[in-house]
Amino acid sequence: MAVTKALSVREEVVKERLGLTSNYAAAYAVKSVDVDVIAAYPITPQTTIIEKLAEFVANGEIDAEYIPVESEHSALSAVIGAAAAGARVFTATSAQGLEFMHEVLYITSGLRLPVVMAVPGRALSAPISIHGDYQDIMSARDAGWVVMIASSAQEVYDSIIMAYRIAEDNRVLLPVMVSYDGFLMSHTTEPVEIYHEEYVRKFTPRNLNRPRLDPRKPITVGVIASPDWYYEIKYQVVNALKESKGVIKEVHDEFNKTFGTNYDIVERFMLDDADYVLITYGGASTGNAKEAAIRARERGLRAGVLRIRLFRPFPTDEVVNAIKDARAVAVIDRALSPGNTYEGPVFNDVVSASIVGELISRSFLLFTAYPRGRCSSTTSTIFIKCLMSTREPVSIRGRRYSWG
Amino acid sequence: MKVYFRTIKDLPVDEYYGPGQLTCAGCGPSIAVRWLLKAAGPDVIVVNATGCIEVTTTSYPYTAWSVPYLHVAFENSAAAASGVESALRVLRRKGILDTKAKVMVIAGDGGTYDIGLQSLSGMLERGHGVLYVLYDNEAYMNTGIQRSGGTPHFAWTTTSPVGSKLKGKVQRKKDIMSIVIGHHIPYAATANIAYPIDLANKVKTALDYLVEGPAFIHVLAPCPPGWRYPEEMTVEIARLATETGYFPLYEWDHGRIRFNPPSNAHFDKSRRKPIIEYLKRQGRFAHLTEEDIKEIEKEIDEYWDYLARLAKAFG
Repeated sequence: MAVTKALSVREEVVKERLGLTSNYAAAYAVKSVDVDVIAAYPITPQTTIIEKLAEFVANGEIDAEYIPVESEHSALSAVIGAAAAGARVFTATSAQGLEFMHEVLYITSGLRLPVVMAVPGRALSAPISIHGDYQDIMSARDAGWVVMIASSAQEVYDSIIMAYRIAEDNRVLLPVMVSYDGFLMSHTTEPVEIYHEEYVRKFTPRNLNRPRLDPRKPITVGVIASPDWYYEIKYQVVNALKESKGVIKEVHDEFNKTFGTNYDIVERFMLDDADYVLITYGGASTGNAKEAAIRARERGLRAGVLRIRLFRPFPTDEVVNAIKDARAVAVIDRALSPGNTYEGPVFNDVVSASIVGELISRSFLLFTAYPRGRCSSTTSTIFIKCLMSTREPVSIRGRRYSWG
Repeated sequence: MKVYFRTIKDLPVDEYYGPGQLTCAGCGPSIAVRWLLKAAGPDVIVVNATGCIEVTTTSYPYTAWSVPYLHVAFENSAAAASGVESALRVLRRKGILDTKAKVMVIAGDGGTYDIGLQSLSGMLERGHGVLYVLYDNEAYMNTGIQRSGGTPHFAWTTTSPVGSKLKGKVQRKKDIMSIVIGHHIPYAATANIAYPIDLANKVKTALDYLVEGPAFIHVLAPCPPGWRYPEEMTVEIARLATETGYFPLYEWDHGRIRFNPPSNAHFDKSRRKPIIEYLKRQGRFAHLTEEDIKEIEKEIDEYWDYLARLAKAFG
């Protein structure tokens, strides 16, 4: 019954089915939300997003100002200016570009500006590599942004539409980053269902009722604050990000209702009876993890996958819920936190969630693994080996973590 | 430049720059900002780079600004202003906002000559209708007097100290006006807080040109603690900078260069006051020898030769 309803909703909202890369899907999403100002600077693997947007603007398909800035630092600074003036904005970058923006990332959230940015994840220099991992995203982890990580081109398209609703909600007013695999997704063509614009526009109404630069009602934005005020203002950012989870869930529910989709802040795959849980994020890694779970089940192991779709704020309750009955959990990270006790950034988040969920009182094994470079078939093997062994982690790059 | 104000009485009585901000006594940049805002009026959005003016005027929960104000960071005020200007343009076009507000950057020499040069160049090249005002107090005064690209030759700062081997800044001051003019924008001018009517008319002229593209005004704004002089001398020292030919007043207006009084008479060196009159009042030049002063004089003469060639070619 529910399926029939969802299908009929899709029939109504879907305008066309196109073959798009995740980058083009991002551009199509931005086109559909009536964006005002786009500022961006080329960097692989992000460039094709802004190429597509420049094309849309040049053909009059979007009525927006496209600012071809001279650096990523200026890209984010320009959209800050535009957002502060009341415009709906977009920018995109990857890797070194995100690093070059770094100081401005914190300023964006501190100024509470609803900036939306797409970030196909890419490895960081040196040595220079244009290929995909999530090291760049992890370095921006603490900047006070909402961070979503998509796993398909359709999800990139849908997430960017949701991102505008989340960012511009007066209860949130925080920047949102929508990330996905560099190259493996950014440059891979998948079928994407594009919606009729009137549905998207109705879903993302413009919010001018927020603090903005207006000579009729002058405000001062970007002040200096003594430590007592600094603490107050930064604490509001921390709180807003924490509280945004409720709004994000609300937006997901409404999106699902409007567009006949089935998104949640995490994706659960064969988790209901799972003894062994793989936790990961992004496209290829999740695909491999699902394949590994299927193969493990063929061998008689009850395995499942939890995909972190909303990375910040972290879906702590959802993670706890997914792993509370598991015998072993493996976290496949696509980035490293060198020098940390365990180098996987999301692994550490899962450990924190386990403490919150009071899972430390029972016998419980956690593994962390870092696929080398791009996710390949060898990583599937690592996953299976992780799953097969509840005593010793066999991955040469894995670490064992044990309580009980 | 068009003449909008003839005497000080023509300037608006309204103040858009509130009293009680935290600048030092005798602050040159503070005087500059007061005149700038008077000339610009209420329909302006200010984008400020990190620096003295920013930290002294926005101490939360207070603000000195009666016009909308945005500060993002040190090196990106031109980029942020590009965004504000683009936003106003598109929101007007779409009929979402009804606003005629102009956008004005206020940035110091560090934020313009050095760390902000790239974003300034980008903004000028892209042709945003933004007035960029550089208030030049010739060093990083906010962090405690460090040399910048705008610091003059031989000047003492904490990072160009007077030691036994090196005496003050080794390099000469960067010619920011030539860099800006190289972008072929409609309007660029120098101004000085000691000549407020000239400054105010240049601001009004520049704002009127913004429909065509960017405008730039380089305002000399002395700093008592950084230049090491008593605070009541700010305007006098600023005036001497122009009277001695150290800081000429001129405009680049649609490919033509024009010199404003009193600098228009200064191609004749005898009409300029001796440079020693300017240097001797400032502690930052206290270590200068006769030779150093001669060197400075030579550099100023060379600069005037360059300006004369410009005037001949583009006058």
